[in-house]
Parts: sequence; C-alpha cells; structure tokens
Amino acid sequence: MKRLKEFIVEWAVKASGIVSIVLVALIFFFLLKEGIFLFKTQGAGGFLAGRNWYPISEPPGFGILPLVLGSLLVTFGAALISIPLSVASAVYIAEIAPGWLKEVLKSTIELLAAIPSVVLGFIGMMTVVPWIRSTFHVPTGLTAFAGSVVLAFMAMPTMISIAEDALHSVPRMYKEGAYALGATHWQTIRRVILPAASSGIVAAMMLGIGRVVGETMAVMMVTGNAASMPKGILYPVRTLTATIAAEMGEAVQGSDHYFALFAIGIVLFVMTFMVNMAADLFLHRRRG
Amino acid sequence: MDVKIQVQDLSVRFSGVSALKNVTMEIEANKILSVIGPANSGKTTFLKTLNRLNDLVAGVSVSGTVFLDGKDLYKDCDPVLLRRKVGIIFALPLPLPASVFENVVYGLRRQGIRDKKTLATAVEKALRDAYLWDEMKDRLGELALKLSGGQQQRLCIARTLAVNPEVILFDEPCSALDPLSTAKIEEAMLKLKERYTLVLVTNNTKQAARVGDRTAFFLMGELVEMDVTSRIFTAPLDKRTDDYISGKFG
Repeated sequence: MKRLKEFIVEWAVKASGIVSIVLVALIFFFLLKEGIFLFKTQGAGGFLAGRNWYPISEPPGFGILPLVLGSLLVTFGAALISIPLSVASAVYIAEIAPGWLKEVLKSTIELLAAIPSVVLGFIGMMTVVPWIRSTFHVPTGLTAFAGSVVLAFMAMPTMISIAEDALHSVPRMYKEGAYALGATHWQTIRRVILPAASSGIVAAMMLGIGRVVGETMAVMMVTGNAASMPKGILYPVRTLTATIAAEMGEAVQGSDHYFALFAIGIVLFVMTFMVNMAADLFLHRRRG
Repeated sequence: MDVKIQVQDLSVRFSGVSALKNVTMEIEANKILSVIGPANSGKTTFLKTLNRLNDLVAGVSVSGTVFLDGKDLYKDCDPVLLRRKVGIIFALPLPLPASVFENVVYGLRRQGIRDKKTLATAVEKALRDAYLWDEMKDRLGELALKLSGGQQQRLCIARTLAVNPEVILFDEPCSALDPLSTAKIEEAMLKLKERYTLVLVTNNTKQAARVGDRTAFFLMGELVEMDVTSRIFTAPLDKRTDDYISGKFG
C-alpha cells in the first residue's frame, strides 16, 4: 500500500515536470510554425534589415529594422538609467542602511515589483511624458526616453532585490579580512564586496534587462508608437512588443501581416533568450 | 613592565546576551599573551574588541574601557586607523584571489602607496618576517589560492605585517594546519614579539604553553586568572583553570 502511494506520488511529480516542459516546447513550435511562413515569402534579409514597416499598404512592407532599433534604443536607455541606480541602492541596503531601515526598504522594493505594468504606464503618461515635453521643448513627450524611464523603474525592483541578495551572501570573513587590514568601509565595498558579488549582480542586471526587452503595455502607452526609423532618444519610436500587441487584433488570420507578427515573436524570443542565457552563464560562473 | 594595552572592566553583549563580563587586565609590550578557554568562553570576542572588529556585528554593545598606549579605543580612535595599528590573523587563512605580491601589498595600496620600489621592499620584508620569503621569492606572481594552507596562513601574517602594525592578534591561527606548518608559525611568532605585541587565542593549551609569556584563562565570559605562563600551567590558583589544562573538561 505504501509502495503504491510512493509510486503514484513519484509519477505525479514527474508528469507535472514533463507537462511544463512540453507546454514550453509547444509554444515555441507554434511560434516557429506560424512565423516561418513569412521567411518563405519575404526572405529573412528583407524582413530583418528592411527599413519600412507598412503591413497594410499596397504593396506591403515588412521590414522590422525600425522596430528592432526602437526596442534596442528603449532597452539601452532603460539599462543606462536602472543599472547604476539599482547597484547603488543594493549596496546601500546591504551595507550602509541601519537594520530597521534595511527591512523597510527591502519590503517596499519588493512591493514595487508587484505594481501592474499598465499602472506604471499610466503614471508614466501622466508624469514623465509631460515633464519630457516641457523640459526638452519637444513637440511630444511620447518618446523613446519616456519608455526608458518607465521601464527603468519597472526593472529596478527585480534588479535591486537580486543584487542585494548577492551582496548579502558575501561571506562575513571577507569583510572582516578587509577591515583587519585597515581598509575603510568604502574601500571594503569597492574592492572586496562588489567583486565577490559581481556574478550575482551581473545576473540581476541581465534579468532586469530581460524584463525590459519583453515588456509591452507600459512601452506602448508612452513611446508614441511611430514605426519609423528612430532618429534619437527624444523621438517617438515603436518597439517589437508594442507592434504585436497593437496589430494582432486587426491582422487577418493567415495573411502575410499575421505571419509577420509571429515572425516578430520569434525575433523577440531569440533576444530575450540570449539575455536570459547570459544571465544564467554569469550566475553559474565559478571562480577559477 | 611596559604596558601596551590596558583593559578595564570590559563587558560585551550581543543583542542582550552577555559574551564578556567585567574583564580587567594589562597586556605587556613585546610579549606574547596566550588566551585559552573552552568554546563560548569569550576569547574571540575579547580579541575582537582590541581592534573593534566586533563593531561589524549587529546588536553589539561594549562597556568599559580599552586603552592602547593610553588612548581610549572606543572614544578617541578612528576604527580604520586603529585596525592598521592592531592587525588580526584569522583561523582560516583567507587570501584574496590575486597574486602573492598583490596579497601582501593590499593594505598598502588601500593607503594610497603606489611607488613600485617601496612596495617591492615592503613585500620582501613582510615575507621574510613571516618566514615565507625563501619559499616565495620566485613565486610572487603566482595565484595565492594555489599555496598550501600553511603558506596561505603565513601569507596572511605577511600581509598584516606589511601594514606596519604595533599589535598583532591571532585568532586560533593554527586550528586548520598540520603540525609542521604550526611549528613554522610558532617560530615566526617568537621572532615577531621582538618588535610587536602579540595576543594569541588558541584551543591548543600546549601551544599556549609553548609560545605564551603570560597566559589568560577565560571561562563563560569571565577572566578566571592570568599570570606568567609557567605559573598557570604548573600551579594554577583557581581549580577551574587546573581542571581545564589537565583536560578534565573543555
């Protein structure tokens, strides 16, 4: 009786594991199956390097270069804002803040991670967008920069809490060793604690960036959605994710447009996969 | 008798739990003081009050006074400067993942010393004092993590010496080492006391007897007795000291 129970539990656990793997694989194959048609009719070169995205004009243009650049521009800007800020906050929380403040900050930051992206997009639209318009004297605040700012704030909670964990898990012996040699607090942080936690910190940054690349709703609300070649950080752009979200509803099933959106999905998948993979490599890097 | 460190009525609590109770003692200059006692007797806590490493522990509170050359450590002393004057060697050698040379000059670089010649002289001197120069003179570029445990521990001593301390604290420096490496470290300590004041915390009563000029016995956070080493080991005044050194408990 007992052995039967063991057997059932073991198989149930095994089956759940397999189901989740199969589901992921199925999603990927579905994406590939739908997207692959476009490469047959348009060719990969024209799709990836084409400068015109006119999916419903006659003749249609399916070049996603402006969308890729839009995504990269917004992501890069967000990384530039969020990485220094989150490393600094993580160091503050892990090393400098007094005990009670540390706990308050940690739970507050984890709470921030729970804000739905549409709410952040809404706040961005109401605050960041008008601020950009009046500060930089541009015709519209709906720009790549607005997207970067909103996404930076979206990614930071994840980045801070994972980086803080990495800093916190540096053995206390390292810290004592540095202090014992007469290093100051800052020297200890800079020369001992940060290097020792570097792999965890890089992984935290990558995970945050992975989230930024895949984010849709907030970017769609604040970047202006102009599918033209981006001219700079203060111009409207459109990202890959926003394109799929905005156009999937109106694309005729089985049309080139429909397949093109799936092909964008493949490109996005490859991009986030690469970022996550890089994060994984750093996380499991061992010191030689 | 030349007094280097004077401890008066020192008590330490960690989040309310008492770790050290009303310790009063004097530590002589250019001598080795051995500190013995069973686990949880407060010896390491005592050691770490001497260079304020306990400050790093959350919830610590220190009362009483510690004077180094007549200066109150907990009142008119910058802990960073203090730790340059009072170095510490830990139980587990912890070299940085860098070359032998870089490990020795680590403290000097943090003080902003860049001159290559000064650094090279300092490395040779520190390694000689730590009895490591002959083994290391052709291996300065090697990764410190590749050295044996005993060599790593002597490297840690060298890097402490490089900062030019006045007092060196040893926290069970040989607990992870073989007898041969232990002998080398003890030899280095006996030589070092000519120029430095040494405090050695050890679980090994024989080691305490071998190198200590004086010995202090701690039990449950209290200093039971302290005297010239030969006296403590041959004619202890307190029965608890006698029981501990003769191996009845501990």
